[in-house]
Amino acid sequence: MAKTIAEINEKIKKGTAVVVTAEEIIGIARDKGIKKAAQEVDVVTTGTFGPMCSSGAYLNTGHAKPRIKFGGGRVSLNDVPAYAGLAAVDLFIGANALPDDDPRNKVHPGEFNYGGGHVIEELAAGKDIRLVATAYGTDCYPRKRLETWINIKDINEAILFNIRNAYQNYNVAANTSDTTIYTYMGVLRAKLGNINYATAGQLSPLLNDPYYKTIGIGTKIFLGGGTGFVAWHGTQHNPDVPRTEKGVPTRGAGALAVIGDLKQMSPRWLVGTSMLGYGTTLTVGIGVPIPILSEEILGYTTVTDDEILGAVVDYAKDYPNLKADILGEVSYAQLRSGKVKLKGKEVPTASLSSYPRAVEIANVLKEWIASGKFFLTEPVAPLPGVESGITFKPLKERPLE
Amino acid sequence: MAVSRRIVLHFPKRIVERAIVCRLAKDYDLEFNILKAFVTPEEEGLLVLELSGEQKEYDKGIRYLTETGVRIESLSQNFIRNEERCTHCGACVTICPSGAFEVDPTTRRVNFLNEKCVACGLCIKACPPRAMEVHF
Repeated sequence: MAKTIAEINEKIKKGTAVVVTAEEIIGIARDKGIKKAAQEVDVVTTGTFGPMCSSGAYLNTGHAKPRIKFGGGRVSLNDVPAYAGLAAVDLFIGANALPDDDPRNKVHPGEFNYGGGHVIEELAAGKDIRLVATAYGTDCYPRKRLETWINIKDINEAILFNIRNAYQNYNVAANTSDTTIYTYMGVLRAKLGNINYATAGQLSPLLNDPYYKTIGIGTKIFLGGGTGFVAWHGTQHNPDVPRTEKGVPTRGAGALAVIGDLKQMSPRWLVGTSMLGYGTTLTVGIGVPIPILSEEILGYTTVTDDEILGAVVDYAKDYPNLKADILGEVSYAQLRSGKVKLKGKEVPTASLSSYPRAVEIANVLKEWIASGKFFLTEPVAPLPGVESGITFKPLKERPLE
Repeated sequence: MAVSRRIVLHFPKRIVERAIVCRLAKDYDLEFNILKAFVTPEEEGLLVLELSGEQKEYDKGIRYLTETGVRIESLSQNFIRNEERCTHCGACVTICPSGAFEVDPTTRRVNFLNEKCVACGLCIKACPPRAMEVHF
């Protein structure tokens, strides 16, 4: 029955492609069986909407008159420092960047109400952004200071470029200590007072294609409300981890680097986010279409939350000290029930990733494909798989003499 | 008929020093549970109460407060969720000590049950997109 991406695109063009979400395919495959479902369904859409810290955007503001060279100088956007180590008017703003005068954790837990993630959200929303630059001045770029409003609609480029997003599975966070801790996994109460998790589970892109058989470099995706592409594997991509029989990683494994035109995106799908006591980040919406090229590929997309296990990590003791120990494994179906049993205790659970928004993304992407607005792309190169030998290395620290 | 409501009382500066709330118990046989009390920098007194009793007496008590110059709002007008910003992630669910956030098991959307809110404010800073707002 093998189909090709070109054949599926032909059907999309004719308006006859059968597109369903990664949630809907579960019931379809249960009712019809894998074989029949794989014949009938052409595309399964996935979605995820959660805080993704390694997100950022690069901008080209256009040249001022007289000219100024940001490179080697200092630039801020709404007081948040942007990276200015590039050519004259290119900038990069990272989601975790904070204004110089933010008190951070001086009074713990710091609030982190505004940072790079919020600047990116406001750019996408079309709001004016205050740019302040100081430079050293050269013969060809004489200006030393620039203060101006900029707006995404007026600048040359605004490109979202996230170097690690859409993690394939992730730690489930708990706290065994005697005090509340404030982490990137949210507020964790003392003595296993709560457990936080962050994944779209059965809807999550890489959990529906666990061996990266269809998602590769060049795959066109839903990104922040617009379209984008998989640019590379994400940093810390770590395919060779323990997996279930169906291939689902039981630890954080693969990740994607993604890129897309911020001018097409919307603040509904890129939300500036504040983690109390930790910092700022960006909540990103990503949806990846999975072409059903074979029964095997369809089989992977039928994964359910009870088949996905997450490792519970102690963020008070083990995580900060880079210890690989875990407190236990729980399924996402258990986590979504609101309570899990851990160390003989019933612990309430909460999610940091929005499942309803993930469903919405999968449905938007489904609609785009079904209505012929979005065609699938053939990856130009695969993501490194289990056999690649890539491992996630700790820093080899060598003290300076 | 018995009623129980969560209300916010604003005491203007001129009556901040008068004994007012105790009359609710003495004259109208109402029970009150103080959830929060403070004086703002403008020296306005602010009291968040759960007030309960017989409907008739409750109404009289409220009239008494209003006639004395106390401005009354329901707590649900003061603690609100910015629906534009809420992403329904659910981070608030285990933060709230009174169970005012509930995940709908079918849609996975988070419902804010403001009748359960005790105005502690813990959700304000713990909400990642900062969707919870307090307007006293």
